[in-house]
Amino acid sequence: MRQPTQPEPGASSSIWSRLSTITDYFAWPLRTSHYLELVNPLWTTHKLQARVVKVWDETKDARTLTLRPGLNWRGHRAGQHVRVGIPANGKHYTRTYTISSPPEREDDCFTITVKAIDKGTISHHIVRNIKVGDYLPIGLPQGDFYLPDAQPIQPLFITAGSGITPAFSMINSLIAQGRLPDTHHVHYAPHEFDVVLGKELKAMDRYNDRYNLHLIYSREGEDPSRNRFSAAQLDALCPDWKDRDVYACGPPSLLEAIEQCMAEAGCSRRLHVERFRAPFTEVPADAVGGRVRFAQSDVDTEGDSDTPLLKVAEAAGMNPPHGCRMGICHTCNTTLVSGCVRDLRTGEVLNEAGSIVQTCICAAAGDCELDL
Amino acid sequence: MKTHQYPVDLTDEQIEEFGNELEAIRNEVFDSRGDRDRAYILKVIKTQRTMAVSSRFVIYLSLFFIPAWGHALATWPVALTLMGLGVFALGIAKILENMEIAHNVLHAQWDWMKDPEIQSNTWEWDTMSPSDRWMHSHNVVHHTWTNVLEKDLDVGYGIMRVTPMQKWKPAFLLQPIYFILLMLLFEEGVAVHEQAIDDHLKGKNKLKDFTPLLKRIGYKIWRQVAKDYIAWPLAAALVAIPISFYVPFSPLLVFGMVAGANAVANLIRNIWAFTIIFCGHFPAGAHNFTLEQVEGETRGRWYLRQMLGSCNIEGSKLFHILSGNLSHQIEHHLFPDMCSNRYKEVAPRVRALADRYGIPYNSASLFRQFGTTWLNNLRLAFPGGGEPYEGSQSQASHS
Repeated sequence: MRQPTQPEPGASSSIWSRLSTITDYFAWPLRTSHYLELVNPLWTTHKLQARVVKVWDETKDARTLTLRPGLNWRGHRAGQHVRVGIPANGKHYTRTYTISSPPEREDDCFTITVKAIDKGTISHHIVRNIKVGDYLPIGLPQGDFYLPDAQPIQPLFITAGSGITPAFSMINSLIAQGRLPDTHHVHYAPHEFDVVLGKELKAMDRYNDRYNLHLIYSREGEDPSRNRFSAAQLDALCPDWKDRDVYACGPPSLLEAIEQCMAEAGCSRRLHVERFRAPFTEVPADAVGGRVRFAQSDVDTEGDSDTPLLKVAEAAGMNPPHGCRMGICHTCNTTLVSGCVRDLRTGEVLNEAGSIVQTCICAAAGDCELDL
Repeated sequence: MKTHQYPVDLTDEQIEEFGNELEAIRNEVFDSRGDRDRAYILKVIKTQRTMAVSSRFVIYLSLFFIPAWGHALATWPVALTLMGLGVFALGIAKILENMEIAHNVLHAQWDWMKDPEIQSNTWEWDTMSPSDRWMHSHNVVHHTWTNVLEKDLDVGYGIMRVTPMQKWKPAFLLQPIYFILLMLLFEEGVAVHEQAIDDHLKGKNKLKDFTPLLKRIGYKIWRQVAKDYIAWPLAAALVAIPISFYVPFSPLLVFGMVAGANAVANLIRNIWAFTIIFCGHFPAGAHNFTLEQVEGETRGRWYLRQMLGSCNIEGSKLFHILSGNLSHQIEHHLFPDMCSNRYKEVAPRVRALADRYGIPYNSASLFRQFGTTWLNNLRLAFPGGGEPYEGSQSQASHS
C-alpha cells in the first residue's frame, strides 16, 4: 500500500538534485527539466503534470478523468483534493477537485470526477473537451478531510451531488484495505439518472454487507420536499446516527442543515465537513467602489469606481511598484486575492481570485483585496 | 527656439478620435484572444527548445569528423560544414528565444493566458541582461517615453547621435565605430544599458550606490558565460581526454572549437538583433520629440507619437517571426502588450487608419530601413544635419 509521505530526504533525491544543479549550467536560463519535458512531460520537476489516460462519462453531465501523474507526485489520502490547471479558450484556469479513486489503486493513476455545473465554463470544458492524451498541470494532494488511520469508528457519510467524490474514495479505500466497518451512506441526487458514480455505488452496496447505501432522489416522488435532509429522515435511515462519526460533503445549504441538526443533537464534534469554495465573487449589480484591502501591507481603505487602485494605494501611504501609469508596461501587475475590480479602459470586470490586476488602470468594483 | 511641430495637420479632436479608433482595434483583438494564440506561442517555444538542444548536439557531432579520426569522411570540410549547420541553427534558436519569445513574454503579451510558466514577471531570457532590469529600461522608460529626447535612453543609446536634434560633440565623430562595435557586442551592450551606469559615467552617482544592481547583472553575465564558454565546451573536452589517447587530437582543440562555435552563434544573434532593433526608430523619416511636446500628453497624442517615432520593415512570414514581429514596430509600439502573432493582422488596419488621417506610416524594406539608418549614422557623426534642438530649459544643463 502506498503511504502518503513527504519526498524522502534520502540519497536518491539528493544525487538527482546535485546532478541537476550541474546540468542546469547547460540549460540556463531554463532548467534541465524544461528540456526533459520535450521528451516526456511527466518527467518534469519544474512543474507537475498529469496525462489524461481515460475519460469516462458517468452521467450526461459528469465525467471521470483518469490521470497519470508525473514523477514528483506523492500518494494521497482518501478524501483529499488536488488542484488541476485547465487550459480553456487559451487561458489557464485552476480548479480544485476531489480525488475519487482510493490510494490503493495499483497503476499509480488517480481519478477526478467533474460535474458540469450551471455557468461553470471550466467544468463544461472538462466534461466536453478534455481528451485522452492531454497533459494537465496539477498540484499535490491537499486537504484535511480524510479518515483517521486508527480504526475505531463507524462512519456515516452524508453527501449530495458531486460531493460523493471524497466519500467514494474513502469507502473504496476501506474496502481495498479489507477493513470496512459498519457504514451508512446517505446520498442525495435530483434523479436516479443523475447519480454520479451511481453504478459503482450500487455494486459496492451489493457486494459489501457492511456498506449500507441510501439513495434519495430529491426531485422525485409526489412530495419532493419530504426528501430533504432532516433529523427525522436520518432516524428512519440510520437510527444510531448520534453514535457515528459523520462525514458530510455537498452544497452549502445541505451542510448548514447537517451542522444545525448535529448541534441540536449535541454531537457537533463528531461532524467532519468538506466545503467546495466558489472561485468567483458575485459581481455587484451597482459596482460603485468599496472597501479595498492590500493584504501584504495590511492596509484597509476605501476606493471609488473611478480611481485607479494604484492611486488608492498611494493615497493610503503605500508605494507599490508602477511604471507607465497607462496600462502598457505591466510593472504594477498584482494578484486579486478576492473581490471584484474593473478595468477602466474596457469596463471588463475581473472577479476570479488569482486574476492579474494592473493597478494603474483598474478600480474597485465592490469590495476587493489585492496581494500588495 | 524652434517648435518642432508634428508633421500632421490634425486638430486636437481629430487626434483623440484617431486614438479612440486605435483603442477600438486593440479591444477587438484583446477580446478575441484564445486557443489559436496559445497554440502559437506553445509551438514557438517547443520549436525553439528543440532547436537549441539539437543544434548543440550537431556541433558535438561535427567533432567526430575532424581529420584526426582517420575515417573516410573525416575531413575539415565535412567537420566545418556540420559545425556551421549547428552554429547556424543555434544562432536561429537564440534569435527566436530573444526576439519572438522572451521580448514578447517580457512585454506581458502572454500574461493573459495566466499560464504560470509563461509570465512576464518570472521569465528569464538567454541574454546577459537580467530580464527584470531590461523590463524597466525597455517597457517603462523606452515604451512610455518613446523617442523623447533626454527621457528615452534608447535615443542613440547614450553613445550615438541619431537625430540632428541631439547636440553634436566631438565624441560623435567615432560613432561609425561605436555602431559596428555595438552590432558585434549587442548582448553585452544591452546588459550595461542602465540609467544608473549612464549616470555614473556622467559623474552623477557613486559606484556603491548601485553595487547590488551590478552584482545582479554580473551574476547573469556569469551564468551566460558559464553555459556557452565553460559548460558545453568543457563537457566535450572531458570526453575528448580519454579519446585523445587513441586519436591524435588535443582536448584543448575540442574545447576551443565548441566555445568558438557558441561564440559565432552569439555573434549571429547579436548582428541580427542589432539590425532589426536599429531599424525600429532610427531610419530616415522617424521622428523625435521634445519634453515640451509631450507635456500633458493625452492618450491620443501618445498614440500619434508612437506612430511617428516607429518604423516597420517589410518581409515574409518567416522574416516577421525571426524579427520577433519587431518588423511591425509601429503596431508593437501602439499596442506593446498585444500578442505578437496578431500584429500582422492589425497592420493593414492601422495603416489604413494612418492614411485616412494623413499620418506618415514609415514602412519599407530591410535594405532601405537599415541603409538609411547607417547613412544617418555617418552623416550625424559630423555637426549639423538638420534642425537642432537646444534642450529643454529644465534639463538643459544635463544634455
